[in-house]
Amino acid sequence: MLAYILRRVLYALPILIGVNLITFALFFVVNTPDDMARMHLGMKRVTPEAIERWKDEHGYNMPLLYNAESGGLDSLTETIFFEKSVKLFAFQFGQSDSGRDIGHDIRQRMWPSLLIALPTLLLGLVVYLSFALLLAFFRGSYIDIGGVVLCIILMSISALFYIIGGQYLVGKMLHLVPISGFDTGWQALKFTILPVLIGVVAAIGSNGRFYRAIFLEELGRDYVRTARAKGTSEPRLMFRHVLKNAMIPVLTNIVVILPLLFMGSLIMESFFGIPGLGSYTIDAIQNQDFAIVRSMVFLGSVLYILGLLLTDISYTLVDPRIRLS
Amino acid sequence: MMPVILWTDALVWLLVAVIVLSGFYMRSKPHLREPWQRVIRSRTGMSALVVLLAFVLIGLLDSLHFREALPDQTQGGEVHYSGEVMSVFDKLVGPLRTRVEKTYSAPFSAWLYMKEMVERPDGSQVLDYPRLEHGAAHLADPVTERDADIARRLGLATLQTLLCMALLGLATAALVARRYRLDLRAALGLSLRGGTALPLPALLLTLTVLIWLLFAAVNLAGAYHVFGTDKVGQDVFYQALKSIRTGLIIGTLTTLIMLPFAVLLGIMAGYFRGWVDDVIQYLYTTLNSIPGVLLIAAAVLMMQVYVDTHPELFETMAERADLRLLFLCIILGVTSWTGLCRMLRGETLKLREMDYIQAATAFGVPNFVVILRHILPNVMHIVLIAVVLDFSGLVLAEAVLSYVGVGVDPTMNSWGNMINRARLEMAREPMVWWSLLAAFIFMFTLVLAANLFSDVVRDAFDPRLREQRG
Repeated sequence: MLAYILRRVLYALPILIGVNLITFALFFVVNTPDDMARMHLGMKRVTPEAIERWKDEHGYNMPLLYNAESGGLDSLTETIFFEKSVKLFAFQFGQSDSGRDIGHDIRQRMWPSLLIALPTLLLGLVVYLSFALLLAFFRGSYIDIGGVVLCIILMSISALFYIIGGQYLVGKMLHLVPISGFDTGWQALKFTILPVLIGVVAAIGSNGRFYRAIFLEELGRDYVRTARAKGTSEPRLMFRHVLKNAMIPVLTNIVVILPLLFMGSLIMESFFGIPGLGSYTIDAIQNQDFAIVRSMVFLGSVLYILGLLLTDISYTLVDPRIRLS
Repeated sequence: MMPVILWTDALVWLLVAVIVLSGFYMRSKPHLREPWQRVIRSRTGMSALVVLLAFVLIGLLDSLHFREALPDQTQGGEVHYSGEVMSVFDKLVGPLRTRVEKTYSAPFSAWLYMKEMVERPDGSQVLDYPRLEHGAAHLADPVTERDADIARRLGLATLQTLLCMALLGLATAALVARRYRLDLRAALGLSLRGGTALPLPALLLTLTVLIWLLFAAVNLAGAYHVFGTDKVGQDVFYQALKSIRTGLIIGTLTTLIMLPFAVLLGIMAGYFRGWVDDVIQYLYTTLNSIPGVLLIAAAVLMMQVYVDTHPELFETMAERADLRLLFLCIILGVTSWTGLCRMLRGETLKLREMDYIQAATAFGVPNFVVILRHILPNVMHIVLIAVVLDFSGLVLAEAVLSYVGVGVDPTMNSWGNMINRARLEMAREPMVWWSLLAAFIFMFTLVLAANLFSDVVRDAFDPRLREQRG
């Protein structure tokens, strides 16, 4: 088992290096640091001195890959590639373009993100599974057809409208919960209600259909026929046999996104003013803070690869057939 | 008049050509023709297709661009062209584009949203809602006359629709009569009962609704701002119509750009295996592990810097916005080919072990020919399903990306931009809701139609689902 995990970790390493190279190429080769400096300083009256000063302040005044001026090992380390890209592997994110410590920001902002994302995931799971189980139980009837049509309709509405509509209806008309904002401690809870609810509702369409398909696939298997032949009642069949077996694809699907929950949701957080990593990223994009975007791209990939790793491991735990391959 | 061929226009027409050609191709292949016939017989599928085609028609009309010649000032001299790029669609809807108010006004309203100093007939000035310059301007007293006027125009639209549908129904019956060798009355009865292979009742019903909407729009939009006006007084209905092209382009061009990568690499990985497979797998796993939105955001940001630091490359505003749209499609395409690639790889791995392919290899048929003749036709259904399924997701993604700030150019009409601008006005009292409504209705209709259609297509083409049905 340990050897297996070790092998998967080693396999993830080249992918991380690839991600790092892609981000480096995207951020420093497509546009030179000079271009970025000009962008930040504005188009008008940019003197070469101002550009040099900006690069100096933000640590971009180095050659990209090879520093010929400094000798020895320094010629490789005193470069943009080493300072800005290689150091990401050690989770040293450095300074943002506005001068803040990115690592510190991330450590602080991932908790509000998790506070929204985790309840959304758990509540959503309960809602989608019960909904899909209901449809699968009444498969082929009008309840099922109506449910599927409803799913398609709900799927066709943009997430933005769920948020805007929810904010308007619950927050502005009924005045039940605050529209947006955040607070520390227990006070934060009342700000999480609306985003969690909307997050769950917005995904009912696609998830309801997805889980229904999984249940229907399980219902077509041989063990279901055997159970029926034994005389198992239909509800017992659904809950004891189908639900249990369907949990394998469901759970492994969820394990992939578990680490990514720290990243939060971009639009959710910015609409509701939650100081998580999602709104951090959006702010960075809108302020064109490349250092933050670069760090978030890398962090997101690391978390995703971690998710894949956890999926592999959970597969071997759930399904013994896979362990040996 | 000087025709202007924007990059996306050229690609859109290329896409139309590709679709027509692949239509002919699929007609000649029984294993692809048969599922399409299933689609044609489906009521939902055909109704959704009619709605989609209506959108496509507007989008195509909006993809023929030109610059109008300025009125000739120097007799016999050189002709100068306006800097404004127009489309055939702009020309068709004519006044909708030019009838601009001062600022916001509600749908069907005769007054501006905000109070202004208005001069009374007696010369005194008061703070009041001024009348609109164009909206309901033909009415002397909008308070009493407006509702009756709207009802009259809608009634007219209904009459026109009935007339139109009567003609269309007769034409259909005549066609059915020829096809099934019946007399006209029997043919009419057959089509209305739904006895034909095409689901004619559903089709005609959808067409009726569409034609009624068309006539209602023609009758009403000439005199009112059907969806109100936005902050700078532009007609929201016009913006929503113009956004159709943007949505369609994002949904289709992205796929067109992604397809060659996905198909070529996917089949190569599955067919050659070995190091080719390793390299391609590494490539898509790496790209796939960067969260989609972040990769798109990073790429668009870099593109923005490039566009901003090289302003000399673009002649007109429209060209700049257009190139940005194209870049967005390319970026979306580059980030989204991985899923299809993986599916094609898996399918090719299975296919290459099949007897007929083993036989072809044993006979010494070159790899290239095996792929083209034996593998490609047998993975076409996967490609088709993926293309149709991706479309609605991409249309929805445009709105979110525009909100995040990495979508289409802010000067370009798109539903995402409409939502984004309207969002800032949510706090106003009374609320400015009409831009949101217009964007919602158009997006919802397009995406719903696309979702329904793609469901029917997938059901018809997916062999696994077909087996389940027995």
